[in-house]
Amino acid sequence: MVASITTRLREPGIRGHEAAAGWLFLAPVIVILGLFLVLPIAMAVWVSFSDWTGNGSPLGAHAHWVGLANYRHLLTTPGLDQNNFGTSLRNNLYYVLFVVPVQTAVALFLAVLVNRRVKLVGFFRTAFYFPSVTSSVAITILFLFLFSPTGVINKLLSYLGATGPSWLYDPRGLFHVVLGQFGVHSPPSSLANGFFLGVSYWDWLSGPSIAMCVFVLMAVFTTSGTFMLLFLAALQNIDDSINEASALDGATEWRKFRHITVPMIRPTIFTVVTLGLIGTWQVFDQIYVGTKGSPLNTTLTPAFLSFNQSFNNNEWGVGAAIAFILFAIIVFFTVVTRLATRSPDHVPRRRRFLKAQPGGSAP
Amino acid sequence: MSSATAAGRPSTALRSEASAARRRRVGKLVSYGVLAAIAIIYVFPFVIAVVTSFKTDPDATQNPLSLAPSPATTGAFRQLYQDQDFLLWLKNSAIVTLSVTFLRVFLDSLAGYALARLRFRGRGAAFATIVAVMAVPGVVLLIPKFLMIRQLGMYDTYYGMIIPLLVDAAGVFIMKNFFESIPISVEESARIDGASIFRIYWSIVLPMARPALVTIFILSFQGSWNELAHFIISAQSSGLNTLTKGVAQLASGQLGVGNRYPLKLAASVLMTIPVAVLFFVFQRRIMNVSSGAVKE
Repeated sequence: MVASITTRLREPGIRGHEAAAGWLFLAPVIVILGLFLVLPIAMAVWVSFSDWTGNGSPLGAHAHWVGLANYRHLLTTPGLDQNNFGTSLRNNLYYVLFVVPVQTAVALFLAVLVNRRVKLVGFFRTAFYFPSVTSSVAITILFLFLFSPTGVINKLLSYLGATGPSWLYDPRGLFHVVLGQFGVHSPPSSLANGFFLGVSYWDWLSGPSIAMCVFVLMAVFTTSGTFMLLFLAALQNIDDSINEASALDGATEWRKFRHITVPMIRPTIFTVVTLGLIGTWQVFDQIYVGTKGSPLNTTLTPAFLSFNQSFNNNEWGVGAAIAFILFAIIVFFTVVTRLATRSPDHVPRRRRFLKAQPGGSAP
Repeated sequence: MSSATAAGRPSTALRSEASAARRRRVGKLVSYGVLAAIAIIYVFPFVIAVVTSFKTDPDATQNPLSLAPSPATTGAFRQLYQDQDFLLWLKNSAIVTLSVTFLRVFLDSLAGYALARLRFRGRGAAFATIVAVMAVPGVVLLIPKFLMIRQLGMYDTYYGMIIPLLVDAAGVFIMKNFFESIPISVEESARIDGASIFRIYWSIVLPMARPALVTIFILSFQGSWNELAHFIISAQSSGLNTLTKGVAQLASGQLGVGNRYPLKLAASVLMTIPVAVLFFVFQRRIMNVSSGAVKE
């Protein structure tokens, strides 16, 4: 049966039909991909090497080749633009460093909790996942309200006898605040006088601003549910017999989790961390809706800065250059994660295939 | 000495068993407590949002925590309807979301079928391209997409808002995987009967692919309903504002609403209803991780 079908399919007439149909079926997707992804990227690469200011078409007489000038402007030329760019990188870096570990840990914790056979488990899964389906606009408005100076959070804190900060209006860096508690209010001159990307070392070490912390909490709130589902799928793939065997051996819950569960869901941890990194380097909606970069640029992110430079300041070359630098950063972080989370007994893909097929039974 | 140990052994065993049972019970209680506490943290903000949308402005500012609006009013909702273009935003969101969703379901399944079943030269390369596209971060594409939309004369039109959103490599990927899981024998008999390829796809394979189509439908609906950045860069006239864009303008006070949280939260609550309904209708499919609706 199979053999007869294959010969039938190999008849030239049918193959010809199939090729035509195949390309016809693919055509809409390929055309749209080409028109709205591949070509636009090419155009934006050109714009990032040009002095286009938004007049006419960037492919026409209004744009001129300026080489690496836009990239140099951001990376090596001191000035306001470089300072904004450096600040946005600092802000987003802290956002990434805080959100990714916390959301991964919270998601895994939630997944472990709802993976047990407990009553109402469906309700709990729904409750944890629901923030993931809502729009960033709606969630941002909700958080603006919760964290407004007279809002819900500060009211709760006041019941505990604490006075909350003014949250989204507070530009102080978290690390600076903590240092302030120990009486350190001004930087040593070595940190104040050194600069990287237009931002002093002291400011690089500020930590996320109090305002940015609100966005950190919001990111954990909205994404932990999605990642919980990924972890849950991985946990349910672990064979029950493994858990039972370790229970018989008298392993405690924590040891079981640390030495059996975590190694087994390693690939999923990699996926979650990678998706987290890719997502957190692209924060845009929340900033656009919530703060537009204020207070004192401490919630400015590269994605928002790129948009702002292009659409509001008409510096399209600089805006496009920021977008491509951001792209490079995301690629870099993804590759580093890949290398860092590779398991110790990793075998390169090609050799793994040979290893799995010792008899050489490959087709 | 030895007899004492012998006598003591069973009782310690019993005792340790009893204490183990007690520990299990306590453990269960603790995990319920933890679950309930976290659930409150996750649900409470939404309760606050709904309750506050029925408050007056001063009430919302003075008693942000109270769960009983005093006085309860539907004023915020009325203002959305009377003073803002809420219905226009709703209409635009509906037009864009439904167009994007149905076109994506159709185009993704067409492409997925071609990649899974039809044999032709270049298939591997086409698939590799589509996978590579999945890796490009969306925010990097804001400027590029704007440039192209303008170049094609689609700026400030529904076309510019809808067509670029049809790029959905992940959807093609899901459909391809699903079609590959359907046994090929189903199609063979139809093929032998001389049915055309499109007919086989349309009336035999597509009806069998319902679970995957529903997945694409949910992802696309949710994605385009909640989309903001693309609409910011593809249109500027207020007549083309979607819910996300209109409500974002409300939020930043551009529409002269200042700090009126009941109004803003009412808008947030209303715009969340369609995705929430979709979520609760298809809840089992979305949350049922073992059957593969949501997979890495």
